[in-house]
Amino acid sequence: MSRKVSEENSRAYWRANIRLMLVLLAVWFTVSFLAGIVFVDTLNGFRLFGYKLGFWFSQQGSIYFFVVLIFLYAWGMNAIDRRFGVEEEE
Amino acid sequence: MSAQLLTYLFVGLSFVLYIGIAIWSRSSSTSEFYVAGGGVSPLANGAATAADWMSAASFLSMAGIIAFEGADGARYLMGWTGGYVLLALLLAPYLRKFAKFTVPDFVGDRYYSRTARLVAVICVIFISFTYVAGQMRGVGIVFSRFLEVDINSGVTIGMAIVFFYAVLGGMKGITYTQVAQYCVLIFAYLVPAIYISIMLTGNPLPMFGLGDTMNDGSGAYLLDKLDGLTTELGMTAFTSGNKSTIDMLFITAALMAGTAGLPHVIVRFFTVPKVRDARISAGYALVFIALLYTTAPAVAAFARMNIINNVDGMAYAEAPGWFSKWEDSGLIAWSDKNADGVVQYRGGDALIPGKPIYADGRGDHGERLLGNGVTPGANELYIDRDIIVLAHPEIADLPNWVVALVAAGGLAAALSTAAGLLLVISTAVSHDLMKKTFMPRITERQELFAARIAAAFAIGIAGLFGIYPPGFVAQVVAFAFGLAAASFFPVILLGIFYKRMNREAAITGMITGLAFTFGYIVYFKFISPGDNNPSHWWFGISPEGIGTLGMLLNFLVSLVVCRFTPPPPDEVQAMVENIRVPGGGGTTQAKGAK
Repeated sequence: MSRKVSEENSRAYWRANIRLMLVLLAVWFTVSFLAGIVFVDTLNGFRLFGYKLGFWFSQQGSIYFFVVLIFLYAWGMNAIDRRFGVEEEE
Repeated sequence: MSAQLLTYLFVGLSFVLYIGIAIWSRSSSTSEFYVAGGGVSPLANGAATAADWMSAASFLSMAGIIAFEGADGARYLMGWTGGYVLLALLLAPYLRKFAKFTVPDFVGDRYYSRTARLVAVICVIFISFTYVAGQMRGVGIVFSRFLEVDINSGVTIGMAIVFFYAVLGGMKGITYTQVAQYCVLIFAYLVPAIYISIMLTGNPLPMFGLGDTMNDGSGAYLLDKLDGLTTELGMTAFTSGNKSTIDMLFITAALMAGTAGLPHVIVRFFTVPKVRDARISAGYALVFIALLYTTAPAVAAFARMNIINNVDGMAYAEAPGWFSKWEDSGLIAWSDKNADGVVQYRGGDALIPGKPIYADGRGDHGERLLGNGVTPGANELYIDRDIIVLAHPEIADLPNWVVALVAAGGLAAALSTAAGLLLVISTAVSHDLMKKTFMPRITERQELFAARIAAAFAIGIAGLFGIYPPGFVAQVVAFAFGLAAASFFPVILLGIFYKRMNREAAITGMITGLAFTFGYIVYFKFISPGDNNPSHWWFGISPEGIGTLGMLLNFLVSLVVCRFTPPPPDEVQAMVENIRVPGGGGTTQAKGAK
């Protein structure tokens, strides 16, 4: 690979990384700060089994989302690494 | 067997296990001492991170806080887990690629500055010491409550155990001990929770039992019933909160960014072999943590329900054994305001001041007499929050072996966190201060020796804090997060994501964030504690949440200063390029250090 191609490649890799990261952080922000705090009272008007929905987000749901987000990031980034050929040597 | 005997047995067995692991996994190089040779599997690192992270506060205090604050407790639940998303997405993989030993290493190299490294070292030591003091105190409290040893001997025994595996084993010993401690603490936390969940709701999974119907045949949902009971007694309904939205936002954000910026957590991600492992390891860590954190609100709600049902309207003379036992240890106080011999548990404080001041002698019904004044409200009962986890198994009348487990679990939580913090302190001294700053010529053997001596000293000081807790420690522990959020988080984040970020900006940013946060906390906690209420706070932000504002200030100052000062040298920019890409040019620690 010429130097220029490789520079473009790493810039595209970095953009793909940032995009994935921002999407996941948007979900992170929504389930915790929005659903769990700002709109908690509104959401409490709805129910999820015995939970008021806002209460569920703030004390249970956001945590489940956090776990899923990290695994999605790990898998997504590994795929992006391979796509741009920057994964680690075995 | 009696609960006492079983407690000795469980605690003794767990200590034998920890010491055995320490002997098996001694460290023989600085790389093993600082980062376990960079060879820990991501799953093991996940469990170790979880134990490292979940302290005496998570294990003993959090459920109690939620039990009495209800919805407001969410700031801890979200803050102390959501931080892992930041850590996994923004920091851990890049710091792993950077492949050095400590957080000040990163700050010093990225900002090509000894001053920046020194500021970072001071922050690390300050944050870690305030935090560790609370852990040693926790060890002492568990010993004194369960084993009837006095607090000082408890702290001393705890110090001896930590000394053994931290000084001998370094990060390698600590890592594998923490894996064992995670197993002990999660078992000890889940078993009573499962028992109680089945008793109250018939659902064996406490996190789902919380949203289930009551087992009493009424068909009502547990949370609805609890809301009803709390409202009836003049308390805030369990699923409602008292804190303002802005304060909740700022506190939660400070806890999240602080979690991601705490040096003893970050350093755990230096121990896995690859960048890929660092990403997935953060996921495993959060799974292990979530197991406790989704259970905690269930424990809280069950306990609140059990306390209300068992205690309100009970004649003191017929109180169960646990009631007088915890009254004797100072966690319960009862003042029979209407002289009917019956405990009335209602909303609001019962006593003035809020915490009981016991006087000599006993009252008409055998209760401990108090020197406090009483409030005009109907509430007659003081219950310390720490009782929820400690005493709930007894309140729910669980078998003795379950009661005994809790002690072993509490000790595992406190010891594992203490060990992680002590290692960070000793590394900061031997590696960052001695090797990298003042005595660059020492050999690896001398550095390793210095690390062990520093660990031993740190344990001694932490133990002294546990035995003679300075008044400020309890106050400040909660603020370690704000300080970490206002100092490390922005500096590391910008160091990775903003290539133009330079030395001048990092140093001014860190100092601004720290000074502002520290100043605000000191003002409201020590200089003018009378003003510590929403009407005096800036924008309604409590000292607990001010770290978020400090962090924003740090970002702002950094970005402005950066504009007016020269860009970092080419090799630093190349380093930033390098840590952004997992493959290529990154030596693993084990190789790099030898």
